[in-house]
Amino acid sequence: MAQLTLVQALNEALRHELREDPRTLVFGEDVGRLGGVFRVTDGLQEEFGERRVFDTPLAESAIVGSAIGLALAGWRPVCEIQFDGFSYPALDQVITNLAKYRGRTRGRAALPVTIRIPSGGGIGGPEHHGESPETYYAHTAGLKVVAPSGPAEGYQLLRAAIRDPDPVIFLEPKSRYWTKEEVDAAAAGRLGQARIVREGTHATLIAWGAMTARCLQAAEAAAEDGVELEVVDCRSLVPLDVDTLSASVRKTGRAVVVHEAPLTAGFGAEISARLMETIFRDLKAPVLRVTGYDIPYPAAAVEAAYLPDLDRILTAVQKVLDY
Amino acid sequence: MPSLRPDQLKELYRLMAFTRRVDQEAVALQRQGELTAFPPLTGQEAAQVGSAYALQRQDFAFPSYREMGVAIVRGVDLVEYLRAYRGDWNGGLYDLYAHNFGPIASSVGSHALHAVGWAMGAALDGGGKAAIVYFGEGATSEGDVHEAMNFAGIFRAPVVFFVQNNQWAISVPVARQTAAPIHRKAEAYGFPGLRIDGNDVLAVHAATAEALERARAGGGPTLIEALTYRLGAHSTADDPTRYRQAAEVEPWRAQDPLLRLAAQIDDEDFTRQVVEEVEERVRDLRTRLLSAPRAEPEEMFEFVYAEPPATLAAQREELRQWHS
Repeated sequence: MAQLTLVQALNEALRHELREDPRTLVFGEDVGRLGGVFRVTDGLQEEFGERRVFDTPLAESAIVGSAIGLALAGWRPVCEIQFDGFSYPALDQVITNLAKYRGRTRGRAALPVTIRIPSGGGIGGPEHHGESPETYYAHTAGLKVVAPSGPAEGYQLLRAAIRDPDPVIFLEPKSRYWTKEEVDAAAAGRLGQARIVREGTHATLIAWGAMTARCLQAAEAAAEDGVELEVVDCRSLVPLDVDTLSASVRKTGRAVVVHEAPLTAGFGAEISARLMETIFRDLKAPVLRVTGYDIPYPAAAVEAAYLPDLDRILTAVQKVLDY
Repeated sequence: MPSLRPDQLKELYRLMAFTRRVDQEAVALQRQGELTAFPPLTGQEAAQVGSAYALQRQDFAFPSYREMGVAIVRGVDLVEYLRAYRGDWNGGLYDLYAHNFGPIASSVGSHALHAVGWAMGAALDGGGKAAIVYFGEGATSEGDVHEAMNFAGIFRAPVVFFVQNNQWAISVPVARQTAAPIHRKAEAYGFPGLRIDGNDVLAVHAATAEALERARAGGGPTLIEALTYRLGAHSTADDPTRYRQAAEVEPWRAQDPLLRLAAQIDDEDFTRQVVEEVEERVRDLRTRLLSAPRAEPEEMFEFVYAEPPATLAAQREELRQWHS
């Protein structure tokens, strides 16, 4: 057990997997000598050499496309796309090839590729540095989509993602990079399981990534008024642990889904629909969503007004309680 | 490069003649409603067969959607190949690793990056292997092809970019794809590029063998531009009379790669015998193709993930009940 930031925890997870499996590779822009713009790959090239940890040219489609080829040759690539908003040049390789290759080869070519993408807003970044692209990936069959909420989750889920036989899009919440937490370096993670991070009885807050911590803050605030909120961290959007979500909302009867991405066709819509399909009779109020607005991610000076905050979350909670 | 022996020339002729005949048969099968669509390669047999003939077992070929000649040289079962065009399975049903021949790639140019990645991986494993990736002059306009060549140059990946410049990307001529000769693009990426007569199977073989050997030995990538001509339509859904004149096509018929190789072999008994052999093989292929089992709806749920997530398993079950 150690106190680690999310950056350090992810670095440890990469180090662990590079040590355990000599076929694991880490590459992307600035991940070598610099150790990544967020230092997630700090020291890895020194320890594992330039063959296994290397810088690529500035070309996202080629990072993913070459990862596909490396996987076909029996390697286990972990590549980094530097920021969410720059993952789109690689989207064609992800959708057209990475997600479909197992199928196109009738299961003969698995692509155990992990694509790490620092995601989400809240750090005062410039344009294209604050987006939440999870829906694009979740809508693409053949991919797994993982979004850790903090250091302990980040460590376990990244190790599980790298070991997974399918391609995994691993969305790292930038605004949580410097949060410290106890990390158990022996604990192995599993994909596809949500986690109850706070138990409660009146309503359930459902989130992933950075919004999990925001929901916990909201739950603490609500508790001061005698409202006990349960908080569920999805951890993985694909596969989605509908059972855990449904069980929680069946218990509380009310749910609010919180995410940074825009409302329309956001992943909250999927969760809301799943809850309605599975536990409609147990719902005491409509499932509400607190999300980013339907606008391009805004400039840094106003991003705080865009991101779901305690007021908006608690207002939604009040609505489902009053319904 | 050692020149090819007479028996190898005859083997090349057999492969090219078989490719031509299967190509014609596939078009006929589409007209009869047995294939959903097919992109014919007639006219490009020397480029495909000659280059693939230079491959060794450990090398890996990444085809686009028009490389049936390469598939034939690699030993891919054509029933498993053509069932992709019969609409039974996207990408083909063959085992890519059994033949080191990738799935049929219809997204133009995107597979160039896979060849480069595979080649980078082969180099990490100690070398001695090379990748070859096939695409047309139209694909050179795609960003992925640029990125692939740039990566290949920087990582000195053992890969051969084999461009069949067949003059037309559906209806758009090569002059609308690039303002510069394709083979010269290699210079910008720091590796050799050459232009060859793509209808001369010996030239194709010699150039490809040399490029592959250099790649296997750690000498990095090569771009080969094989000048050839698509004598048929882009696909069975295409009508080339809408965009090119018969007068343009005729001179290329005189450059038919099969006629040219036959003239070199100069053995009428042999070529006549090949025609008979090929007819019999195509009859057998047709029978096996048409009697192969058709895809079942439930199969579409296979191979999406190693283990289907619960939602997918539920959807498969729902479909199974609809069909039972």
